[in-house]
Amino acid sequence: MKEKSLTRKEKRNLIRIIVALTLFIIIFTLDKIFVLGNILTGNFSWLLPFCLYLLVYIIIGYDIIFRATRNIFHGKIFDENFLMVFATLGAFALAITKGVMGQEIEGFDEACAVLIFYQVGEFFQSYATNKSRKSISKLMDIRPDYANLKVGENIDKVDPSIIKIGDIIVINPGEKIPLDGIVIKGTTTLDTKALTGESFPKEVKDGDEILSGCVNIQSQIEVKVTKIFYDSTVNKILELVENAASQKSKAENFITKFAKYYTPIVVSVAVLLAIVPSLITSNWFTWIYRALSFLVVSCPCALVISIPLSFFAGIGTSSKNGILIKGSNYLEKLNSANIYIFDKTGTLTKGNFTVTKVFPKENGEEILKLASIAENASSHPIAKCILNYYNKPIPSGYTLTNIGGKGVIASNSHETIYCGNAELMQENKIEYPHQDGTGTVVYVAKNDTFIGYILISDQIKDETKDVISKLNSYGCKTIMLTGDNKNVAEKVAKGIGISDYKASLLPQDKVDEIENIMNTKQQKDIVCFVGDGINDAPSLMRSDIGIAMGNVGSDAAIEAADIVLMKDDLNGIILAKKIAKKTLKIVKQNIVFSIAIKIAILALSAVGITNMWFAVFGDVGVAVLAILNAMRVNKIKKTKS
Amino acid sequence: MRKIFVLEDLDCVNCANKMENAIKKIEGVEFASVSFITQRLTLEADEKKFDEIIKKVVKTCKHIEPDCKVIL
Repeated sequence: MKEKSLTRKEKRNLIRIIVALTLFIIIFTLDKIFVLGNILTGNFSWLLPFCLYLLVYIIIGYDIIFRATRNIFHGKIFDENFLMVFATLGAFALAITKGVMGQEIEGFDEACAVLIFYQVGEFFQSYATNKSRKSISKLMDIRPDYANLKVGENIDKVDPSIIKIGDIIVINPGEKIPLDGIVIKGTTTLDTKALTGESFPKEVKDGDEILSGCVNIQSQIEVKVTKIFYDSTVNKILELVENAASQKSKAENFITKFAKYYTPIVVSVAVLLAIVPSLITSNWFTWIYRALSFLVVSCPCALVISIPLSFFAGIGTSSKNGILIKGSNYLEKLNSANIYIFDKTGTLTKGNFTVTKVFPKENGEEILKLASIAENASSHPIAKCILNYYNKPIPSGYTLTNIGGKGVIASNSHETIYCGNAELMQENKIEYPHQDGTGTVVYVAKNDTFIGYILISDQIKDETKDVISKLNSYGCKTIMLTGDNKNVAEKVAKGIGISDYKASLLPQDKVDEIENIMNTKQQKDIVCFVGDGINDAPSLMRSDIGIAMGNVGSDAAIEAADIVLMKDDLNGIILAKKIAKKTLKIVKQNIVFSIAIKIAILALSAVGITNMWFAVFGDVGVAVLAILNAMRVNKIKKTKS
Repeated sequence: MRKIFVLEDLDCVNCANKMENAIKKIEGVEFASVSFITQRLTLEADEKKFDEIIKKVVKTCKHIEPDCKVIL
């Protein structure tokens, strides 16, 4: 481990703990063998062990003592430092009183041990938080430090934030892309790991759009900037991650509230415990001692830290896998989300239309040629798709007549080609076999005779079926929103196993549909909308959790969504759900476990079964375990996709 | 206006929570969140009075946790 794993402050504290602990063990052993309290006699027999232990006490606790004193002047008696010092000095005072009264001297060791353990706990907390902070700052590494601005023939290294839209920047191999832009010179390969969580080399050439945050791995390129730094993808992502901790979950709020009341209650009970039973039994030593043990457990910090730490680890783990989560509250909600609404095009499907079937097959060449002749001049996506698919020289010399919404008729002196939908066929009295495929059917006829048809459809993503069936198996409801007609929608829904669908929706109807679902859902239901981020910002915002996927470049998506999947892969939802589930499980374990142990320690101290040793040991022990448990969130197994 | 500040030497979670509550009570503050783990303060406040509010925030933090500094 050559890497600096401890901060200077932590190193100092670690050395201090080791010195104090060594000294403590030496004194403690001497005390047990020679009984330091018996070396001097009389009323001052306590003085020798007192001085030795006081030395340890000051080494380990000088900062706490300092802070406690300062806080008293601020009138803050429920401060952890003050309570610790009060408890330990109280133990010292009890020991001295016993010594003066000629009883057996004990308790100095305890007071020191309490502070040593307490510091060990603090050290561990600080180490754990710094470590998880570092894991997120690794993510922050995508922040570009400079950009190479090209002015005339000169190249200046400048701060990315001063670059304007339209400026030309040069990106050398090994450098981060500082701003979003379009490649204008050169070809290269980009590493998109920082954005998508997967080291997948992406080839780019002239005219391609590139996103900031990727790393150029191959050769120099020149890029025309299309967004200022503030609007660039990299800045949006950084902002999102920095902001993530500000959206707190219910569990965090609960624990904050718990902490707020916990200390005053424990302190009040301690005061009662010191006075009431003592007045009855007049056994002041015993009860004051038990009350002091209470104070040792009065700091809720360990409990309070393990909860945000777990969430933070969850958010960090997600980011590493290309899933950006805007706050721990969304992680919490995702865990119990049970209604998933999917936009069809671009989310469940690839969003690119292709020819999926030509019927009859043996006439394929002829059908495609005829269709291409008819669609030659059209800019309609369906037409483009046919032309791309055919990709051969097209005979010319036809007169093309566009029949709006139905198709095209192409004719020359000796033939007429009809190419379009069922209506076009019916209008021209051509007999044709009706098709109900999932997609758009283009019928082709020549001189009143049906020749064949071409089926054009959007392809379902490879992982769609698997992801939907997993969600179904978790007991979630899945709904598809689509602009397709009912027949098509039903077929697609059946094919991928989605439980419900809403068909024939215009883009603006989708929000209304979500509004409708939100209004009719039961209170415990959590609605999650998954879209590709294009034109669905309102839907992303209206649902409980908006998940945008695969469109990192779209500002609106990043802003409106609560969870952003950087990769265009639905498996991200399953992974995010797994991380959420694990995080919440650990959070629950930590809350129950920590509170239970604390209450147990308090109860046992109150009846005198345990002593101060045990109290502090249990308290710090539970803190360490809770923190270690929180770190487990990082170790989630990635499913192979 | 929303702004994020770095909090240096924020050593205790409980103090972070206390700070957050106290900052929320300052007049003109619309949203405040102190994250112990990222050591960040997210503040949303009235733009016109922002400077004035910041001063109060710094003072409040100083009162609750004297070791912690708000980096402006």
